[in-house]
Amino acid sequence: MTLARKDVAKVAMLARLALSDAEIDTMTGELSKIVGFVSLLEEIDTAAVAPLAHPLDTQNAFRDDVPAASLTTAEALQSAPRHDGECFLVPAVLGESGAA
Amino acid sequence: MTKPAAPTAEPFTTVIGLEVHVQLQTKTKLFCGCSTTFGAPPNTQVCPVCLGLPGSLPVMNREAFSLAIKAALALECRIAPFTKWDRKNYFYPDLPKGYQISQFDLPFSSDGWLEVVDPKGAFSRKVGVIRVHLEEDAGKSMHDEAAGTADTRIDLNRAGTPLCEIVSQPDLRSPQEARAWLNELKLLLVYLGVSDCNMQEGSLRVDANVNLHIPRPDGSLAKTPIVEIKNMNSFRSVERALAYETARQYDEWQATGAELGTTPKQTRGWDDPAGVTRAQRHKEESSDYRYFPDPDLVPVTVSEEQIAAAKALMGTPPTVLRTTLAEKWKISAYDADVLVNQGRELVGYFEDVATRVGEGKVASNWLQQDVLRTLNERGETIDEFPIRPDALADLIRRVQNGDFDTSRGREIFAEVLTSGRSVADVVASLGIAAVGQDELIALCKELIAANPKIVADVQGGKEQAAAGLIGQAKKKNPNVNPAKVRQMCVDLIKALELPTRTPEA
Amino acid sequence: MQPAELSAVEIVAAIRQGDMTAVQCTEAFLDRAARLDGSINAFLKIDREGALETAAAIDARRKAGKPLGALAGLPVAVKDALCTRDLPTTCASKMLAGFRPPYDADTVARLRAADAVIVGKTNMDEFAMGGSNENSAFGPVKNPWDLSRAPGGSSGGSAACVAADMAPVAIGSDTGGSIRQPAGLCGITGLKPTYGRVSRRGLVAFASSLDQIGPMARSAADCALVLETIAGHDPRDSTSLTAEVPRYSELLEQPLTGLKIGRVAEHYAEGLDPEVRKGVDEAYAVFEAAGATVHDIELPHAKYGVPTYYLIAPCEASSNLARYDGAHYGHRAEPGTGHQAEPAGGHRAESGSSQHFDSPLVEMYCRSRGEGFGPEVKRRIMLGTYALSAGYYDAYYAKALKVRRLIRQDYLDAFAKVDLIGGPVSATPAFKLGEKTGDPLAMYLVDLYTVATNLAGVGGISFPCGFTRGGLPVGFQLQGPALAEPLLLRATDRFQRLTDWHLRRPKQTA
Repeated sequence: MTLARKDVAKVAMLARLALSDAEIDTMTGELSKIVGFVSLLEEIDTAAVAPLAHPLDTQNAFRDDVPAASLTTAEALQSAPRHDGECFLVPAVLGESGAA
Repeated sequence: MTKPAAPTAEPFTTVIGLEVHVQLQTKTKLFCGCSTTFGAPPNTQVCPVCLGLPGSLPVMNREAFSLAIKAALALECRIAPFTKWDRKNYFYPDLPKGYQISQFDLPFSSDGWLEVVDPKGAFSRKVGVIRVHLEEDAGKSMHDEAAGTADTRIDLNRAGTPLCEIVSQPDLRSPQEARAWLNELKLLLVYLGVSDCNMQEGSLRVDANVNLHIPRPDGSLAKTPIVEIKNMNSFRSVERALAYETARQYDEWQATGAELGTTPKQTRGWDDPAGVTRAQRHKEESSDYRYFPDPDLVPVTVSEEQIAAAKALMGTPPTVLRTTLAEKWKISAYDADVLVNQGRELVGYFEDVATRVGEGKVASNWLQQDVLRTLNERGETIDEFPIRPDALADLIRRVQNGDFDTSRGREIFAEVLTSGRSVADVVASLGIAAVGQDELIALCKELIAANPKIVADVQGGKEQAAAGLIGQAKKKNPNVNPAKVRQMCVDLIKALELPTRTPEA
Repeated sequence: MQPAELSAVEIVAAIRQGDMTAVQCTEAFLDRAARLDGSINAFLKIDREGALETAAAIDARRKAGKPLGALAGLPVAVKDALCTRDLPTTCASKMLAGFRPPYDADTVARLRAADAVIVGKTNMDEFAMGGSNENSAFGPVKNPWDLSRAPGGSSGGSAACVAADMAPVAIGSDTGGSIRQPAGLCGITGLKPTYGRVSRRGLVAFASSLDQIGPMARSAADCALVLETIAGHDPRDSTSLTAEVPRYSELLEQPLTGLKIGRVAEHYAEGLDPEVRKGVDEAYAVFEAAGATVHDIELPHAKYGVPTYYLIAPCEASSNLARYDGAHYGHRAEPGTGHQAEPAGGHRAESGSSQHFDSPLVEMYCRSRGEGFGPEVKRRIMLGTYALSAGYYDAYYAKALKVRRLIRQDYLDAFAKVDLIGGPVSATPAFKLGEKTGDPLAMYLVDLYTVATNLAGVGGISFPCGFTRGGLPVGFQLQGPALAEPLLLRATDRFQRLTDWHLRRPKQTA
């Protein structure tokens, strides 16, 4: 199993990771090896097996619709790289549509 | 049940599907205890969970789930016995976790419908609902356009607010139908207390998918590429945007012949002031959301008993209410439609008035002609309306008794409204006193004596000539009831002529 | 009285009885840490001031005759993956350098409520991804038994600080072996409880369906004492178990007569170090001497554990780590260095990269993440993103979930036959620093014996069962069915009453 360099570049963009060309080269080799390794699972017949996403059999964990204390704005913003005391500040998002 | 669309001049069929997001009326967010109140200062209703801080975990709001079930049942959906939460992964600064908790392959409900019937009979359309699912809302990005390249400000108060996403089948056939269906949907959700559906506050949002099916001379169908329209801020803009887009697609098809499948799905934004849709930039790898089950949440199961219990508590939906209201109060389907469309509170008001006056039709008339118009002028809801049902019923009963006529009644209505005094007070202060029978006879006799021409006309068979006496009567005594004056005069004139009449053999 | 020579149980008793003050005890451990940690690097942050303040307050309360919590005065080191309100929480990543959580993890809150003294935050593999602690952005931890060797990971700092007596107890987290493997390589006792037994709230998530917090200490008795405090239902963690918490430390006495321990054929695979094998075989003999019986069993899907784990964990991690994007907290790349905006509005990364960014925002995201994450974290994010992406989901993620069910079924079948499953923790004793760093796959295989516990959601404990001729500890692992913590602790405690491996101290830190 080998991944193409362009696939790795595409995944990097999907994962929002800036990678240098050299990193993409290394990553292409490493991921190919790892993907080859995990492909060991192909030898198991799982046609009749249901996926198990979670070890718990628990269901229906709810909470009541009762308000709890929020943080103060200062606490919410305390680790923000940039803020104006009210809002988080990020580089302009103009030109993109928000809700995907 | 579904009638064909009214024939139009357009040489194509418009195919519209809607995707509606409504905020559920809970006190707290979907997965944390922060308040959902609209309009708080930025980032004051946030906690580690809705900020997506490391280590924070979501816990499902029980009330949000019951409200969502209510909405789905009202839309005749099948409720899934087992449902789970999935992560929809994408990066955006109003989505602090880098994923939205939503539902992908196992939504809690699917396969429903909602019918919309035009009261004037222009169309009737049963629109399929593909699915209803629950998800969390994102925060708000605010950008000062004037500042150009300045930073975008992020307020996460809204992040995590519970949303129901309702996806219709592409069953709508005109912009008018789309608007009417949205009105019906909103009415339903407001009736059930699921959402306030306030578009100004963003608690209801609509995207539309539209394309055209154009018959070719050879009988085959040309289908234009599906366009998704966003940024519509009112039902009126939905109708306008769809009308614009329909025309635009037809023009484009004529010019380019582009058909479905030949181009990627396009997203266009509605520019309301300009009245046009504009193409939005296509994002790279935009649709690879890498959905997978959220391992921080456990699945939800719903039993038949829970569904039955939810149905029992649901209350009467508007469609049923229209019929029962018309039957119970013997009002027309049209009248029932108008009243029901104003919302549950107004229907309550109407029924209170109608019960007190013992009749539906007259109460319906007063509500539609006087109360609704006044509410509109004053920008009030029925709950804020100063004339309460007992006062309006008092007024209507006095008119029914013949204490004064309807137009006098309207003056009293206006005075009660502005002064805030009781009907009885206003009646007394305007000097309106019921005119006694003797007084009325004396007045009519006086008029008859003074108007021989009218008397002759009435005697000649033109009873309506008696109307000419009413104005004079009101000048002499403003409190007289015109109908009574007219009837009394006719009776007296007829009594005059009786002895001289030659009996007809 | 030398606090560093006492067990946690003894420390708590001594302070309660007034034989020692909390300040004396805390100071003794802090002094050791100050003296030793320069060469071990187990701590990312030692909170001397805060710890002494807490200890003094406890002493004052005791003096005033006020009630004290169950762990009053006990120094505890906490893995830097757990949020602490007044201490930085970095997960050993540049990405979270300077991050101050505005809340305490549930475990931290429970420790504070029990009057434990939090002495500092321990080093780890970045975002708990690794098996050697060499993936820390703040330098590797050294194994106190041999400073040229790795302590294991990811809770390597927690393991090393207990092994070097810099804290009597530490909190770790275990996603695929991150408590048990470093405990084994450092010669201490580490318990990974059943999934959901300890609340995950405030534990910086690596793989949510696998992560579990647990105690690391000298002995099972000390682990029992700490687990009593940190276990329990948390209504703010949907995956937290509601079952009542037993008094673990009161359930240690019962003998092991009749206990059935499974010996797994698959554990004796190629690659098992002969000295480890010897230690493990001798441990079975100890259990037999204590009245238990040993039975050969099979875990047929054992060899698929690692590949299954290395799909599920990276998939979940790729999503869990999406929040580190420089927008709301954590590292943000400085704008505009070394590149120019193109006329079309696109942006190119600096020289050496042909990546093209759609907007300044996308560039900020990509560069912040590119700078903030280390190589192993990037690798796993890439792997997980790939395995979840359109066209690959079924072949990788969905396939792994199916195998996960088979693995869990293996455990259910095994626990129908035996009470506990025994075996090695790691195939080899502590390996040299740098030995496996060039080969990610070799590093993944250090989790061979531990990942399946997490995939099945059951509990496991690891403890020393011998030493190599070179003086390195050898670990033994017991795994139990869901909520079998009382049995895991009792069996280990019995073993530790019959042996003294857990009492040995590394010479270099004496």
